[in-house]
Amino acid sequence: MDNSVVIAGFGGQGVILAGKILAQAGMNHGLEVTWLPSYGPEMRGGTANCTVVLSNDPVGSPIVDNPTALIAMNLPSLDKFESTVATNGVIIMNSSLIQRRRKQKDVRSFSLALNDLAQKVGSVKTINMIALGAYIKASGIIPLSTIQTTMAQMLKKDGKDKFIPLNRKALKEGYNALQE
Amino acid sequence: MPVDVQNMQKVFARPNSLTDAKSTYCPGCHHGILTRIIAQTIDELGIVERTIGIVPVGCAVFAYRWYRCDAIQAAHGRASAVATGVKRANPSLIVFSYQGDGDFASIGTAESIHAANRGENITVIFVNNQVYGMTGGEMAPTSLVGQKTTTTPQGRDPKLFGYPIRFSEMIAQLDAPVYVTRQALYDTKRIKEATKAIKKAFTNQVKERGYSLVEVLATCPTNWRMKPIDANKHVANVVEKTYRLGDLVNRG
Amino acid sequence: MGKRLLLRGNEVIAEAAIRAGCQCYFAYPITPQAELLQHMAVNMPRLGRTFIQAESELAAINMVYGAASAGVRTMTSSSSPGISLKQEGISYLAGSNLPAVIVNIVRGGPGLGDIAPSQCDYFQATKGGGHGDYHMIVLGPSTVPEAGQLTMLAFELADQYRTPVMLLADGMLGQMMEPVELPEPIEISSLPQKEWATNGAKGRDPNIILSFDLDPEVLKQMNLILQERYRQIEAKEVRYEETATGDADIAIVAYGTVARIVKTVIKMARAEGIKLGLFRPITLWPFPSQALKKLSEKVATVLTVEMSAGQMWEDVRLAIAERAETPFYGEMGGVIPTPQRILSEVKKHAG
Repeated sequence: MDNSVVIAGFGGQGVILAGKILAQAGMNHGLEVTWLPSYGPEMRGGTANCTVVLSNDPVGSPIVDNPTALIAMNLPSLDKFESTVATNGVIIMNSSLIQRRRKQKDVRSFSLALNDLAQKVGSVKTINMIALGAYIKASGIIPLSTIQTTMAQMLKKDGKDKFIPLNRKALKEGYNALQE
Repeated sequence: MPVDVQNMQKVFARPNSLTDAKSTYCPGCHHGILTRIIAQTIDELGIVERTIGIVPVGCAVFAYRWYRCDAIQAAHGRASAVATGVKRANPSLIVFSYQGDGDFASIGTAESIHAANRGENITVIFVNNQVYGMTGGEMAPTSLVGQKTTTTPQGRDPKLFGYPIRFSEMIAQLDAPVYVTRQALYDTKRIKEATKAIKKAFTNQVKERGYSLVEVLATCPTNWRMKPIDANKHVANVVEKTYRLGDLVNRG
Repeated sequence: MGKRLLLRGNEVIAEAAIRAGCQCYFAYPITPQAELLQHMAVNMPRLGRTFIQAESELAAINMVYGAASAGVRTMTSSSSPGISLKQEGISYLAGSNLPAVIVNIVRGGPGLGDIAPSQCDYFQATKGGGHGDYHMIVLGPSTVPEAGQLTMLAFELADQYRTPVMLLADGMLGQMMEPVELPEPIEISSLPQKEWATNGAKGRDPNIILSFDLDPEVLKQMNLILQERYRQIEAKEVRYEETATGDADIAIVAYGTVARIVKTVIKMARAEGIKLGLFRPITLWPFPSQALKKLSEKVATVLTVEMSAGQMWEDVRLAIAERAETPFYGEMGGVIPTPQRILSEVKKHAG
């Protein structure tokens, strides 16, 4: 079965990068993948989301009506996408910025204080890696080590080596924070 | 005195780079003189085998017929962009564009300015006769204040149609061009000076110095409704007051 | 073939152009094809090739005209409003028998429209968007890897037929990432010489590039040469793909990213017992009319799905005439037809 995840939040929360790392890790893990961003004229400050599809078979549609998972980094993202999540799908919501509870009944929902966890790791900027780590745990689709290695390769390629240890820690923190 | 045919010397001949195709220009028009000067320059520099002419839309649309070099007919106003494409594709070629005032200074304004601003290593010949010849004598961007044309029957009114554009002066404000000059062809002195200027503009390109522009004040006796001699006088006495001759940039 | 890389459609088109031997690239920035321009800005100078950010789309296409005249492989890219500006130059390229590749990463229109994916430039691309009696070959990639392959093919066909070729992809394909194995680079020095190019009249008569003759009889002959070439292209270069049409009762005709979405719909429909197939034109001009006509004799219904008001639908109906029902479902303005929406359209016409 296809895994499909919508990652959504404010521009600047790193949702686009989180999606890219997930897609790249999926490919490295031997899966077929697509990564589709929402794109707008604003570079910063607007809302952003991307859709990643991971499958054992060639991916047909890169857009999905009912994703198997939603990572909602802020309230507008939850409001917009919550009702689309597939039955028995996963919702990871950022309780640091979302005060309300889920409305969907037939989903596995996890409230994590992503901002607080990121602060604890050392930088609020690692919020996307906290979320991604949690998603990996919830979906079980890719091993944590594969995501960590992929993240390190991608940051290295961009000359951002010094951020690798912090982000490695954040992925693990998110992974461990998610409890059924 | 009997003519000594045996010892006659050839003192004037058609340049090798000029074909014998029949001219399509009107009697008294300066395009013919200018065409000859360019062909002579190509001869003198020995570059006919690597010269590409970019010809415009307008009276000079047939200019690909006059030269023994490769030529490209460009869309109206785009000759400087086409010249850029050719030169960048093959920098060993010598590329010149030949453009009228409507082509260069109206519809092609953006392409003209930006080719100059990039300092493309090309030679641009800009023929300014203050009128659209081929389409029927309409106003040009360079038409003089008060000039009667078929679209300014009462004379060009600056309040309605703006002022004559001194396009070469605009180009001269840019940092990149190495040579910008305005020349005329109404007497032998001016023809000699224009010939020198055109040779310099081509030489600059051969020596890879960069962008050169030669504006030439030309007559259009047909659309000016003047006799050719009066048209020549008109350039000297009237047109030159708006468009002063001489070098505007010379960084050679 | 190299290793699998995760790349955006825009990057893959740019990289494939480089590997196809594109020596000069000229373009003006516009969303959603900016990554294509940026990839060329970084990589063309590294290879000693030409990249110019032109002052306008008009300038870019006319630089292409110049570079094509000089005999090198050349390309420009843009998105819908910019492609409108290029129509003048495309008409001149066609009229002057010049090979060039034009990429359109289509966005919603008309006018400024938006920057979301669309297929609303089908008419403009396939019917001759500029003035005069001409066509260009139009290729419609459906996936990121295919965008690379068809970019390579575009350069081949352009040279072979001395014609402009357009790669017509929507904004979704330009922006999305997918694993791809990049095509092997060609050897530029091994390409055939272009005897007609204006690259210096040394040891031969001058070559003249033009789309112009004031004598109607001569211009008619020039037109007949173009038309003869179009007949050849129609005979030899039609490309299409059929998926699950063998036992289909209903077939969808779709191209580009819509076609790949339909592949998901096929699985959903067949899980519910609906025998759905897909007919995907790869060449949008020449349109695969004969093959579609054949298919229409086997199925009851041919549903056209497009991100437009029904532009390709006209070609579908011309090909099928009355042989099958030909309903239409389209979205406009950048709205993407999702699998569920398409499935519910299919259900309206199935059984």
